[in-house]
Amino acid sequence: MVASEHPVGLSIRGGTKVYPGTVALKSADFDLRMGAVNVLVGENGAGKSTMMKVIAGVERLTEGRILMDGEEVVFRTTDDAARHGIGIVFQELNLFPNLSVADNIFMARERTRAGIDIDRRVQREEARLLMRRLEHDIDPDTLVGDLKVGQQQIVEIAKSLSQNARILILDEPTSALSSAEVEILFRVIDELRKDGVGIVYISHRLEELLRIGDYITVLRDGQATGARPMEGVDLAWIVRNMIGDASKDFAKDVEHAFGPEIFRAEEITLASSRGGLAVDHVSFSLRAGEILGIYGLMGAGRSELLECIIGGVTHYGGRLFVEGKPLAERSVSGRIARGIALIPENRKEDGLVQILSIRENMTLSSLKAFATGIHLSLKREALSVAEFVRRMTVKVASTEHEVSSLSGGNQQKVVIAKALMTKPKILLMDEPSRGIDIGAKAEVFRVMRRLAAEGLGIVFVTSDLDEVMALSDRIIVMSNGRVTGAFDRAEATETALVEASSLGHGPDAGHAGRFREAS
Amino acid sequence: MSEQTLARPAHQGFDLNAALLVLLKARTFIALILVFAFFAFAAPNFLSVANLVIMSKHVALNAFLAIGMTFVIVSGGIDLSVGSIVGLCGMVAGWLILHGIDLGLGFTIEFNTFEICFLVVLVGIAVGAVNAFLITRLNVAPFIATLGTLYVARGTAMLSSNGETFPNLNGKAAYGSDTFRLIGAGDFLGVPISIWMLIVVGLAAAYIARRTPLGRYIYAVGGNEKAAGLSGVRVNRVKYFVYMFSGFCAALVGIIIASQLVASHPATGETFELNAIAAAVLGGTSMSGGRGRIAGTIVGAFVIGILSDGLVMMGVSAFWQTVIKGVVIIAAVVIDQAQQRFESRLALQAQAALGK
Repeated sequence: MVASEHPVGLSIRGGTKVYPGTVALKSADFDLRMGAVNVLVGENGAGKSTMMKVIAGVERLTEGRILMDGEEVVFRTTDDAARHGIGIVFQELNLFPNLSVADNIFMARERTRAGIDIDRRVQREEARLLMRRLEHDIDPDTLVGDLKVGQQQIVEIAKSLSQNARILILDEPTSALSSAEVEILFRVIDELRKDGVGIVYISHRLEELLRIGDYITVLRDGQATGARPMEGVDLAWIVRNMIGDASKDFAKDVEHAFGPEIFRAEEITLASSRGGLAVDHVSFSLRAGEILGIYGLMGAGRSELLECIIGGVTHYGGRLFVEGKPLAERSVSGRIARGIALIPENRKEDGLVQILSIRENMTLSSLKAFATGIHLSLKREALSVAEFVRRMTVKVASTEHEVSSLSGGNQQKVVIAKALMTKPKILLMDEPSRGIDIGAKAEVFRVMRRLAAEGLGIVFVTSDLDEVMALSDRIIVMSNGRVTGAFDRAEATETALVEASSLGHGPDAGHAGRFREAS
Repeated sequence: MSEQTLARPAHQGFDLNAALLVLLKARTFIALILVFAFFAFAAPNFLSVANLVIMSKHVALNAFLAIGMTFVIVSGGIDLSVGSIVGLCGMVAGWLILHGIDLGLGFTIEFNTFEICFLVVLVGIAVGAVNAFLITRLNVAPFIATLGTLYVARGTAMLSSNGETFPNLNGKAAYGSDTFRLIGAGDFLGVPISIWMLIVVGLAAAYIARRTPLGRYIYAVGGNEKAAGLSGVRVNRVKYFVYMFSGFCAALVGIIIASQLVASHPATGETFELNAIAAAVLGGTSMSGGRGRIAGTIVGAFVIGILSDGLVMMGVSAFWQTVIKGVVIIAAVVIDQAQQRFESRLALQAQAALGK
């Protein structure tokens, strides 16, 4: 790959961004090359998102310059940036679930007749063309809320393309995608690259970066610590630049014996709101000290299964047993009392009460333990919170601050602490590493290992192959609501997992084989 | 406690920020002092004991409703029906005193004061339970559900007397209901009974909010209902509690007004719900739920009450009073927003000082 093939379309020189109290970028340099995938990596808080916000016109640099084609440009608003051909797909999708795909694509730029009357026909046509270009068969009239996360991502990209974006920023586009959806996205990226679009790609999944990137820039503490073409770059190089010399590894596996069966689910069935079954006769069992990985694509029914078990939904069929005794409790609090705890996939919406303090969030599930009658002992509560802050190594200035002031990884630790405070026997973890940096990820995995060694049974759901292979003692694969594969750690291979996870998709959905957990 | 993880950042300017934060947090209280000082100078007789007693009685009525309202708003809801519950409960009290309950068997049951109060409070709680039932089981939006009960309760109050007033609620010594008047007129140690009731209810509410699991749940439900539910909080129970408590507070107000006036009129309490919401908001309760304090609400009620009574004493026209009240409420919310931003910035700074 020769650098001259890919002209620099935009560059930042000496970019510094100071927020009240923090310096997010310290005179960082960045070159964005056209017709190539420019990969940007760094731990949470390294300044990736800030840099992209600057390029997209969301934030302005405190110091430094942005150059396009040799001339200095100033983006005061996102419109400014869009006029220069810059489009951004944020980590958290900015779509309107209550509006149609076409409406979303043309939001605030509606194609109109005489400036007031929206020309829906033209919009629909253009939207359909965009979808064809992106290799997706999504009807422009579908409500965005009815789409899968992966499809929603495509709509976001279409939105940027409809503005003739020459530069497209993708902030963690795959964090919510299954591997099949990632493939499609990569094909789309490839097409765009061939069309000469300059793509900035941010992700925590390092293997992806190695695969798709042409150029890489590593950020640490707001500074660019490494920037070069992708050739010759390996994981070790990235990690070294990201976190300095002290490399953090995934939790090492310490073997321990499993206890007796601690939990069993039989024939769990849940009707989907879109017809059909979201969870289709799923059975599995779990032993004390065992980590059971549930691998599958988004929408395979994994999260729904966990919600059935914790009691978040009550209209499901099937039987649950804790330590051999049927789980008769219907309410979440009853099930928590029986020793089940859930760490939800969506921290922000399901895991935390953002405006409450760290302390109040941590003890929310276990308040009864600090109460005598109706009287709450704030002292005992504070002591316990301090202990868990230490055990989980949560970095907090004060436990009285709002939980929203923490970084993603620390928030996740608060959620885990909340679950552990209920002294669970069975821990359900839904995508526990989603959206947190590798440092925090490794810590979360270490905690999972330690808990398992202490005799907890852990069920964890993930769409990350490496994670599921590295952590699980046993793996079941779900697809279309069914269990389509069950593997012991020894016999599991990545190919087998991927194959099982795609069963039941596509035209022959109805006839996919059904495997049952035998244990 | 570990030093690394719980170290308090001690950077410069922290004290200044902290002082500003205290000032912002105490703003309603400062406003109260300012309003009080202003009228002490500007309005003749404002500081006389008689006036203070009358004023505090006025304030108490709104404060009761505002306490109940605070819980409802903190839980993420709204209760528009409290004014109507006041009216309905006043009518029920009047009816019980005048007529008792006619069993249709040729004799009626008469009640003493305590029994009357008990039954009236039950009515208030029952209306609150209906609100909660509509909201939790039938999934009606709180605004609509309580708007509905607002009309139903008001209409029922009107029907009970065909819109007439129940006069002369003096009660009968023979039935032990002659003490009903004392609730509104009596005092203990020179402090009116209704103020004692406010103190008890206020302290109890503050205790529930701060020192009981139930209180914490109310805040959690208002902050994020889904997360609270998945954390094991029984969301529906919490909602039942807040609406029933609000109904309870409204029933107390109904009893006090009927006793003070020695009469009950079915239109009593119209627009009281708006004053209660205003007091709660003035006291720092966030309309989006999850945030608010009982003490703040009571201070807020005092600001509004003293403001309107003081303006009356100064001879300011009623129309201007309304305008001033509105401006004060808007100003309160604007300052509240500024405080939120300031507070979260401080938290972020402290977090940033730790390093990532």
